[in-house]
Amino acid sequence: MTTREWLLSDNPVSRRQARLGQSYRTWLDFRRNGLAMFGLAIVLVLVLVAIFAPWLAPHDPLIGDLRTTRLLPPLSEGHLLGTDDQGRDILSRLIWGSRITLAVVALVVVIATPVGLLVGTTAGYFGGWVDTVLMRFTDVVLAFPKLILALAFVAALGPGIENAIIAISITAWPPYARLARAETLTIRNSDFIAATKLQGARPARIIWKHVVPLCMSSVIIRVTLDMAGIILTAAGLGFLGLGAQPPQPEWGAMIAGGRNFLVDQWWVATMPGLAIFIVSLGFNLLGDGLRDVLDPRRRT
Amino acid sequence: MSLLEVENLRVTFPTRHGPSEVVRGVSFTLGRERLGIVGESGSGKSQTGRALLGLTPPPGKATADRLSFDGSDLRGLSAREWRSLRGQRMSMVMQDPKFSLNPVMPVGKQLMEALRTHGTPRAQAKRASLDMLEAVQIRDPERVFRAYPHELSGGMGQRAMIAMMLVSEPDLLIADEPTSALDVTIQIEVLRILDRLVTDRGMGLIFISHDLRLVSSFCDRVLVMYAGRVVEELRASELHAAQHPYTRGLLNCLPQIDGDRRPLPTLDRDAAWAE
Amino acid sequence: MTTRTNRGRRGALWIRKAASVTGTVAVTFLGLLIVTFLIGRVVPVDPVLSVVGDRATQAQYDAAYRALGLDKPLVEQFWIWLLKVFQGDFGNSFLTTRPIAVDIARVFPATLELATVSIVIGTVIGIPMGVWAAVNQGRWIDHVVRVVGLIGYSAPVFWLGLMGLLLLYFKLDLVSGPGRVDITYEYDFTPKTGLFLIDTAMQGAWGAFGNVVSHIILPASLLGYLSLAYISRMTRSFMLNELSQEYITTARVKGVPEWRIIWVQAMRNAAVPLVTVIALSYANLLEGSVLTETVFAWPGLGLYLTNSLQNADMNAVLGGTLVIGAIFVGLNMVSDLLYTLLDARTRKR
Ligand SMILES: Nc1ncnc2c1ncn2[C@@H]1O[C@H](COP(=O)(O)OP(=O)(O)OP(=O)(O)O)[C@@H](O)[C@H]1O
Ligand SMILES: [Mg+2]
Repeated sequence: MTTREWLLSDNPVSRRQARLGQSYRTWLDFRRNGLAMFGLAIVLVLVLVAIFAPWLAPHDPLIGDLRTTRLLPPLSEGHLLGTDDQGRDILSRLIWGSRITLAVVALVVVIATPVGLLVGTTAGYFGGWVDTVLMRFTDVVLAFPKLILALAFVAALGPGIENAIIAISITAWPPYARLARAETLTIRNSDFIAATKLQGARPARIIWKHVVPLCMSSVIIRVTLDMAGIILTAAGLGFLGLGAQPPQPEWGAMIAGGRNFLVDQWWVATMPGLAIFIVSLGFNLLGDGLRDVLDPRRRT
Repeated sequence: MSLLEVENLRVTFPTRHGPSEVVRGVSFTLGRERLGIVGESGSGKSQTGRALLGLTPPPGKATADRLSFDGSDLRGLSAREWRSLRGQRMSMVMQDPKFSLNPVMPVGKQLMEALRTHGTPRAQAKRASLDMLEAVQIRDPERVFRAYPHELSGGMGQRAMIAMMLVSEPDLLIADEPTSALDVTIQIEVLRILDRLVTDRGMGLIFISHDLRLVSSFCDRVLVMYAGRVVEELRASELHAAQHPYTRGLLNCLPQIDGDRRPLPTLDRDAAWAE
Repeated sequence: MTTRTNRGRRGALWIRKAASVTGTVAVTFLGLLIVTFLIGRVVPVDPVLSVVGDRATQAQYDAAYRALGLDKPLVEQFWIWLLKVFQGDFGNSFLTTRPIAVDIARVFPATLELATVSIVIGTVIGIPMGVWAAVNQGRWIDHVVRVVGLIGYSAPVFWLGLMGLLLLYFKLDLVSGPGRVDITYEYDFTPKTGLFLIDTAMQGAWGAFGNVVSHIILPASLLGYLSLAYISRMTRSFMLNELSQEYITTARVKGVPEWRIIWVQAMRNAAVPLVTVIALSYANLLEGSVLTETVFAWPGLGLYLTNSLQNADMNAVLGGTLVIGAIFVGLNMVSDLLYTLLDARTRKR
């Protein structure tokens, strides 16, 4: 029996085989979606570029030669995408910038997901006034337009990449809290939770050991769908000068830098925008494909 | 010449586990008469009816060796040709009025649409609709005409549905459990209307039902379906003499007012019937 | 069951819904005020210094400190601030030295006009696109609509704006550049409503009207594209849902033509949730307007907010945030109520 047959077996003998088989089928479904595969490829390339940035980048991203390489157009010798007003190679800056983009996404996910899970599962598990207070608070944060709230926070905390990440995280968790709460409500009264309670486990333990793992998968899908939004918000903050500060090669800030040369040196603002667009399109295609395969109602 | 001739009708739906055939080679002819179709839930009665109107829901496919209505072939009709047949010459009373009426359109508007689509002037369409509502025993036709579907009871919705399909006086009517939500007196009245249309106007009627007793007393002939096949075709008067074990089983399960029926009878199925 | 009692019951339902929505909004709004207030307190900028300047003596400083109420407990400070906000007093802007409420009232029409033109563009194109995709589900048209939508979701709006300016204004000269109107036309009309399209049209200043159109068309198209992405996707999914309902088959049985099935039978049902979607995208446009206005030097709320941000004009930032938050909450409430109103009129839920 090949691995494939074992995975696709209609009568799995173990729970592990059934679960792996289910994942494999999902993967087969996903693989048939060309656009989603394209998105996955973009994201993978982004990750690889970020990891190998020091080896891939042909020039120094921060220091350029002001006398010889200022504002060279694309396809100049040694500068595939041209150079900016400081004589820095744009391609190298984009390659190094992928690390910032990826770091922002990763950090926001790492901060916002646990907060959302904690608030949502606690509200769902305890119900009553705990639920009311927590969800009301969630609704208040949701009531602000995301970018505006992030702007206000950065204004208060001061500009900078760390504060931008904190501000985006503050605006990102409420949807995860709502989702986790909804999931918790469906499992709160199940028999195995009741059994664990009877054994005298403390609520914190039940939530952490039993409720959180069950909410994980739906929250992860939602997070994937949000990643493009996180990238765009971060770029927007960078563009307004509130995110990463110069000379860091953050893509949004690079666009802002190129704005002054828009008419005659169009490439300085165009290239980083293309990078943002391609990467967030990749995340969107990936998330869209994931939702299609994992949401049974959309299956045809 | 028969009104409708069907030979080897098949309806297939693609599924994740390959194609699933829900109507499997149904053949019959219909004159200007009342033909009953009975069978348990899921046996393919509604899908047969829909296929006759070319309304198999996608991604389903219907095929037939022969499908002719009043001498003309229905297979491969264009969308426009279908539209001129549907509503005007053939129509179908849908099974569940709760879902089969548009929830945000007044009932009267939906009734008139059946006529207006085929070019009847507005005033005339309205008069005909009100008359039709009255004919199906609706006491306050003006009110029902203005009402939205959710404001009607199940029985009223069913009668509005019947009125909607009869108002254009079709030559062929497929009625999918048209009287299941009606009380006995209204049921009789509705059946009388259908009966008159068959005998006076020569309409062909396909009457789909679970109710074996009703079908045997109202229809001329009965098709018994099981798992997408016609397992037996009988004259209604000879229903008690049915041969097929499935039909006999169904007959056996009918409740009787007199007589103790304990233990309740069960229907034993045989995999071979579906072959 | 008579229609009258039914209508009465629906009325009661509507009132109860309105009460509960109003309650929710009141609490949300209070939260909005608290959050804004707290943001204002954690600012590293010393509000006293910005009043008295850094040359002030300790006595002057302390006097200003007390005058600003900073010596009082936080809750009391909040209460004082709250009373002021309810009187429309957000304090003065350091930048313009005018009361912030006056500033906001002055810039708001520009944003309103931009957002409105955008939502019209997004709706008029987005709905037919979504319907078209739904009717052709799984075919290439469906995929094209999906990709067009995803591109709208993925492109940074400020970059699209720059690219649009570069191409359509600087290179091809098809539209006018940044700003709302050229200086040469600025005195051809008096801005009564602040909505220049309406002002110029009412005063018959058609030359200026044309100029205003050529200014607004590019930013509004870009913002419209963003809402189009959302509207077309939601329209598609609502339409797919409606087209699979039994009543559609009923209409087909009657021989109703396909365009009528789609645009009358199905659309009437899809319209109910669509109204909500449009109200929500209108609210989201406020967000998009911040970055768009910056790129197009569009003198609206978004530009006011970013200018204040860059000059650490905290009162103005908080005032602007609060106003935008309030509009956002308000539009959410309106969409919620509209849904109930439209829905209760015709169906039972
Ligand atoms: N859209 C569809 N896709 C796949 N299978 C379908 C679809 N519609 C119906 N079927 C299947 O076709 C079979 C026959 O359905 P049909 O509606 O004709 O039954 P029926 O005899 O009318 O039952 P009932 O008495 O309950 O109305 C059922 O097994 C059903 O599961
Ligand atoms: Mg049926």
